[in-house]
Amino acid sequence: MEIPYTVEARPDTGLYNAKVGIWLFLSSEVMLFGGLFSAYILLRVGAVPGTWPHGWQNLTLGTINTVVLALSAITTLMAWVACKVREFGKFKFFHACTLLLAVTFLCIKCEEYREHLNHYEIYMKDGTYADGDMVQNDAAQDYIVIDGRYTKNEMDLYDLRSQKVVEKELKIPRSQIQDMQSYGPWHNDYLALYFTLTGLHALHILCGSVVIGYLWGPGRKLWKTDPERFTNRVEVSGLFWHFVDLVWIFLFPVLYLT
Amino acid sequence: MADFFNQFPPHRDESHSHDDHGHGHYDPGFWAKYIFSTDHKVIGIQYGITALCFLFFGLMLMLLMRWQIAHPGMPVPIFGHLLELIFQHPGMPNPAAGGVISPELYNSFGAMHGTIMVFLGIVPLAFAAFGNYVVPLMIGAPDMAFPRVNMASYQAYFLGGLVMTVSFFIPGGAAQAGWTSYSPLATSIPTHGQLFWIIGMILLITSSLLGAVNFIATIIQLRAPGMTWMRMPFFVWAQFVTAFLLLLAFPPLEAAAIMQLMDNVAHTSFFLPTGLAVGGKIAHVAGGGSPLLWQHLFWFLGHPEVYVLILPAMGIVCEILANNSRKPIWGYKSLVYSVLAIGFLSMIVWAHHMYMTGMGTVISTFFQATTMIISIPSVIILTCLFISLWGGSIRINTPMLFALAFLPMFGIGGLTGLPLGFNVSDVHLHDTYYVIAHFHYVVAPGTIFGLFAGVYYWFPKITGRRMNEFWGSVHFWCSLLFMNLVFMPMFAQGMAGMLRRMANGGANYSAAVNSHAGADVIGGLSDSIMALHTPILWAAVCLGIAQIPFIINFFWSISHGEKVGSDNPWQSTTLEWQTPTPPPHGNFEHFPVVYRGPYEYSVPGHMSDFTPQNEPEISTPAAPKIPTTAH
Ligand code: HEM
Ligand SMILES: [Cu+2]
Repeated sequence: MEIPYTVEARPDTGLYNAKVGIWLFLSSEVMLFGGLFSAYILLRVGAVPGTWPHGWQNLTLGTINTVVLALSAITTLMAWVACKVREFGKFKFFHACTLLLAVTFLCIKCEEYREHLNHYEIYMKDGTYADGDMVQNDAAQDYIVIDGRYTKNEMDLYDLRSQKVVEKELKIPRSQIQDMQSYGPWHNDYLALYFTLTGLHALHILCGSVVIGYLWGPGRKLWKTDPERFTNRVEVSGLFWHFVDLVWIFLFPVLYLT
Repeated sequence: MADFFNQFPPHRDESHSHDDHGHGHYDPGFWAKYIFSTDHKVIGIQYGITALCFLFFGLMLMLLMRWQIAHPGMPVPIFGHLLELIFQHPGMPNPAAGGVISPELYNSFGAMHGTIMVFLGIVPLAFAAFGNYVVPLMIGAPDMAFPRVNMASYQAYFLGGLVMTVSFFIPGGAAQAGWTSYSPLATSIPTHGQLFWIIGMILLITSSLLGAVNFIATIIQLRAPGMTWMRMPFFVWAQFVTAFLLLLAFPPLEAAAIMQLMDNVAHTSFFLPTGLAVGGKIAHVAGGGSPLLWQHLFWFLGHPEVYVLILPAMGIVCEILANNSRKPIWGYKSLVYSVLAIGFLSMIVWAHHMYMTGMGTVISTFFQATTMIISIPSVIILTCLFISLWGGSIRINTPMLFALAFLPMFGIGGLTGLPLGFNVSDVHLHDTYYVIAHFHYVVAPGTIFGLFAGVYYWFPKITGRRMNEFWGSVHFWCSLLFMNLVFMPMFAQGMAGMLRRMANGGANYSAAVNSHAGADVIGGLSDSIMALHTPILWAAVCLGIAQIPFIINFFWSISHGEKVGSDNPWQSTTLEWQTPTPPPHGNFEHFPVVYRGPYEYSVPGHMSDFTPQNEPEISTPAAPKIPTTAH
C-alpha cells in the first residue's frame, strides 16, 4: 500500500499531507516566537523606568530590510503562481529574485550586527561616560579613539529619540578607563532580546533560503517528472517563507520603532 | 531472533528514486533496514528499545540516590569503585572519591534522573514508540504521513540522548540544577553540564516537534475510509491530543532553552536579576533579567508535559480494558470530550507549580481555579474506565492486571494532587517529598504500568509470540507491591516537612542531629520519619530486581515465546489486529474500510463476542441494529 494524499488533496480536509504538516509546524513556530515575545514583554515591563533603550537602531537599514522582505514575499508568491500555470522559466526568475533578496537581507543584518558590536560604552574613572563607535583600539597604544560623545548622566544613553547627539572623534587614554563594553547581547536585556530574536529570525531566513535554493537548483529535476508535486513543494516552502516574513513584521516595530 | 528481524522489508520510498539509480537492484542491507529505516513499525521498535534502556538507566540513578539518602556519606556497595573510576578526571577532585557520592554528584544524579525518565524514557516510549507502531495500524494507514521526517525524529532523539549521556563523563559532570533547571542556579554552576543539558534538550524538543507534526498529520489525513473521528479508538484520540500538547507547549521551552543558552555562552542576563550574588560575590552580569520568566516558560511546557506522560497510558489502558472485559467502553464520547478538555485546560494551569515564588495572590487564585477545573475531566476519564468494567466478562491476563492496577494508582496520584493545587495547602507541601510521592504515583505505578500493559498487549502483534504469563504476573505483583512500598511512605515524610533534593536525605534537619548539636529546634524531622529511608531503599532495590523477570521474559519471548495461533490473539475489534502478524511493509493487504465503532464487543446477534471495525454490516433479520456507545 502506498501513502495516500501525498500530492492530491484528501476530499474531506481539502489538503494534501505536506500542507497539513507545514501549518502544524508553523503553529509550533508561533509558539516558539511567542515564548520569546512574552520574554520581551516581561523584561520590558519589569525594567527600571527610563532605562529601556529607544532609538538604538539604524532605522534606514531596518526599513530597507523590511522592504526587502516584503518584496521577497511577492516574488515567492509569483514563483508559486508561475508553477501553477506551468511556466517554469518565470518560476526560475522569481525565485532567483527571492534568493537575491534573502542574501541582501542577511548582508544588511550582518552590517547592523557589526555596527552594534563596534559601538562601545566606556565608563571613566571620573564617573563620566563615553559612548560611540570604536575607531581605533590598538593594544600597542595607550589610548583608544572613538567617534562619539561624553556625558555625565547615564540616562542620556538610553533614549536617543529626542536628543541631538553630536559625535566627535575622542581620544581616550586607557589609564582613565574604568570599564568598557561593546553593545553586544551581554550589554543589557534589550540588546540580548535584539540579538536573540533577530538571530533566530535570521537563522529561519537562512534555512528558508537553503530550501528555496534547493528547489531552485538540484531539486528542480522533479519538475520534469512530477510538476504537481514540485508545485506543492514550492507552495509549502513559500508558506514557511511568508511566516518568516510575518515574524519580521512584528520584530521591526517592536525592536526598531518603539 | 533472526526471523523477528527479517520481518521488516526495506523501506522503499517510490517517489524518491534517487536512492537506487545506477545499480539495478536495491539492496539496503542491515543499515538501511534497521538503523535508517523509514517504516513506522521499525521506528516504533527503535524508540521502544532505546526508551526502555533509558528507563533502566534512570532506575539505576534512582537506586544510587536512594542509597545516598539512606546512608549519607557511606560508600556505595558494589558500584562504588565503578563510580570512582568513571568520574575520575586528572587534576580535579573526584566527586565519587572512595565510592562516596558527593553532594554535587547527587545533584547531577537527581537532575538527570528526572530528565532521563521524562524526556528520554516515558515520552519516547509512551508517545513515540507506541504511537508509531500502533496509531497508523489502528486508523488503517499504510505508514506515517512523512516517513523520512519520522526517521529524522528518531535520530534527533537518539542524538539528544547521546548528548545527555556523554555529559556524565565530561569533567565536572552532568547538569546539577534539577530537571527543571531553574535559573540563575543553572547558569551559576561553574561546569559545562548545563550546556550539554540545554543542547540535549534542544535536540529532544526538535525530535518531539517532528513527531508531533507527523502524528497529527497522519491522524487527520490517513484515516481509512469509514474511520470517522468518532470511530477512532480512544488510544488514537489520546495520542492526537498528546501530539498537540507537544506541538504547542514545547516551543516555549525551546525559547527558554535558547535564552538560557545565551545566558550561558553570550553572557546575556535573561534570567539573571540585577545584584545577583554567586558564592558571596556580586556576579559580573548586566542584570535586569527575571528568574520568574524561566519558571513561567518551563512550566508552560512542564504542566502539559505531565499530561503528555499520562494520556498515552490512559489510551492504552482503555484499549486493554475494553478488550478484556469484552464490553464496549462506557461513555466513549465523554472520554473523547474529556481528553480534549484536558488538552486545552492543561495549557492554563502551569503556575500551580509556582505558588511559592511570590508571583502574587491574584495570579495564584486564578491558577488554583483552573487546576481544580482540570481535575474534573481527569475524574470523568477514570470513572468511565471503572464503570466499563461493570458487568463485563473479565479476562485476567498480564496486560489486564497492569491496566487494572493503573486505575487506583492513578487515582491516588490524582487525588493527592488536589491539596497541591490549593495554594494554601501547597504552602506547606511545596518542594517536599509529598510532591515527589504525588507525581510518582501518577507516573510510576500509573503511566509505567500502562506502558507495561501495552508492551504485554501488543507484543504478540510485533513478534508473533506471546510473553510468558506466569513471569508476567510475577513481574506485576512484585512491581505493584514494591512501587507502593517505595512511594507511600514519602507522603508521610513530605507532610512531616522533609524537603526534596537534599543530598543527605534531610539529616541536617533531623531532630536527632539537631538536639545532639545542642540546637533547640522545634519540628525537626522525627526519628520515625527519618527511619523510613531504609525500608524505602530496600523496597527500591526490590523494585529494581522485580524488573529482571520482565527483561528476561521480553528477550526470551522474542524467539521462544508461545506462538500465537491467529493474527488476532486477543479477539480484538480494532484494526491493528486485522493485519498479518507482524504487519508487512505497507501494513494492510488491501486498504481497509471501516464500518463500525471501535468497541463492538458482545454485540447481541453476532456470532462472536467481538466485531472487528472492518467487518461489513450484515443485515440479518435476527440481528436488530443495536446502537452502541461509539455512534
Ligand atoms: C489531576 C489532578 C492533578 C493535580 C490537581 C495536580 C497538581 C499538582 C501541583 C499543584 C503540583 C505542584 C506541587 C508543588 O510543587 O508544590 C504538582 C506537581 C507535579 N505533578 Fe501533579 N497534579 C495532577 C495530576 C498530575 C498528573 C496526571 C501528572 C503526571 C502524569 C502529574 C505530575 C506532576 C509532576 C511531575 C509534578 C512535580 C514537578 C516538579 O516540581 O518537579 N500531576 N501537581
Ligand atoms: Cu502541573
